Amino acid sequence: MTQDNLHLFEVFIRSKRGLDHKHVGSLHAEDPAQALEYARDVYTRRSEGVSIWVVNSSDIHASQEDDSESFYDPMDDKPYRHATHYVLPDAVNNM
Amino acid sequence: MSDSKAMTEAELIERFQSRIDDEQKIEPKDWMPEGYRKNLIRQISQHAHSEVIGMQPEGNWITRAPTLRRKAILLAKVQDEGGHGLYLYSAAETLGVSREELIAALQSGEAKYASIFNYPTLTWADIGAIGWLVDGAAIVNQVSLQRTSYGPYARGMVRICKEESFHQRQGYEIMLALSRGNEAQRAMAQDSINRFWWPSLMMFGPHDAESAHSGQSMKWKIKRQSNDELRQKFVDQTVKQVEVLDMTLPDPDLKWNEGRGHYDFGEIDWEEFKRSMSGGGPCSRQRVAHHVKAHEEGAWVREALRAYQKKQKSQADKAAA
Repeated sequence: MTQDNLHLFEVFIRSKRGLDHKHVGSLHAEDPAQALEYARDVYTRRSEGVSIWVVNSSDIHASQEDDSESFYDPMDDKPYRHATHYVLPDAVNNM
Repeated sequence: MSDSKAMTEAELIERFQSRIDDEQKIEPKDWMPEGYRKNLIRQISQHAHSEVIGMQPEGNWITRAPTLRRKAILLAKVQDEGGHGLYLYSAAETLGVSREELIAALQSGEAKYASIFNYPTLTWADIGAIGWLVDGAAIVNQVSLQRTSYGPYARGMVRICKEESFHQRQGYEIMLALSRGNEAQRAMAQDSINRFWWPSLMMFGPHDAESAHSGQSMKWKIKRQSNDELRQKFVDQTVKQVEVLDMTLPDPDLKWNEGRGHYDFGEIDWEEFKRSMSGGGPCSRQRVAHHVKAHEEGAWVREALRAYQKKQKSQADKAAA
């Protein structure tokens, strides 16, 4: 038995209305419809979700861990993007 | 999906409303009444346009910020507003409207944005007043909208509120510095409060009794608190803040009402509000014209991106052949 011809899908589940879909894992399937059914059987056996997304793994473009220094570096020296950077009198500090 | 087809319109509406009454969120693929969809597109896109147009009055001071620190902060804030516009446009797009349609409606004047951004930023103190009062008023509204019934809008609001927390504080910090400065600086800060106070109160929209969309929006829980409730909340929280600055709000009728447990305040000049909303604000034409200009001048960037992508693709095709 081989899975050579089956596509890899990433599975995202929305556990409750109002929440984001969250990545839960992946599976092999022939097509999106089958992937949805497999995902239901594998990832929501205990009613973990109200909505499932399946996405072809090959359609996911990811940033590279190795590049992270130059990719995120400019953010490190901007403490003024955080509310805590601003020191205000106690009387109004709950702003 | 299939069960939606088997249900009658009345049953669909009933299920939709009972979800909302039950505090469940509505998600993009759910059946929803056409009015709900339209109302949301109007409100979310108006909100998105406000974020983007709001970059202009503040952007006006980036090159003239008094210190490098203030310049960096203002840049970061204006950058945030652009990001917030994007979150909101994306939320609106989940309702089946395209970005092109939304931008076209803004540029033709068919869609509105917050009238406050039609006022000019004449002095550096205006940057303080905008962060403190205008963003302060926006936050009161946005905190309430974190509980809106449409999932993508609610999630966008959570993200925006989290990022927005620095905006109001940096504005107040500017006002605090001016309030501890010399007479001219104090006068500049007070003048700015005088000009931005009433337009900030107008941001919450017409009185509940006169608000065209309010009743239905509350039933659908698109809005969670009424215009007047939110406005009152903003007034109550701002009075203390203005006292700490040792400045005043330009309203002779402002006073604590022990019986209500709130501050009473004077009547808004609704004629000015209407004028500003319908394109008669001091900078209305300039704001939209600048948006059109920036969009047109950016056309070569979009063309270059497409040309580059085409080239990449043809090279990849050649390599594969």
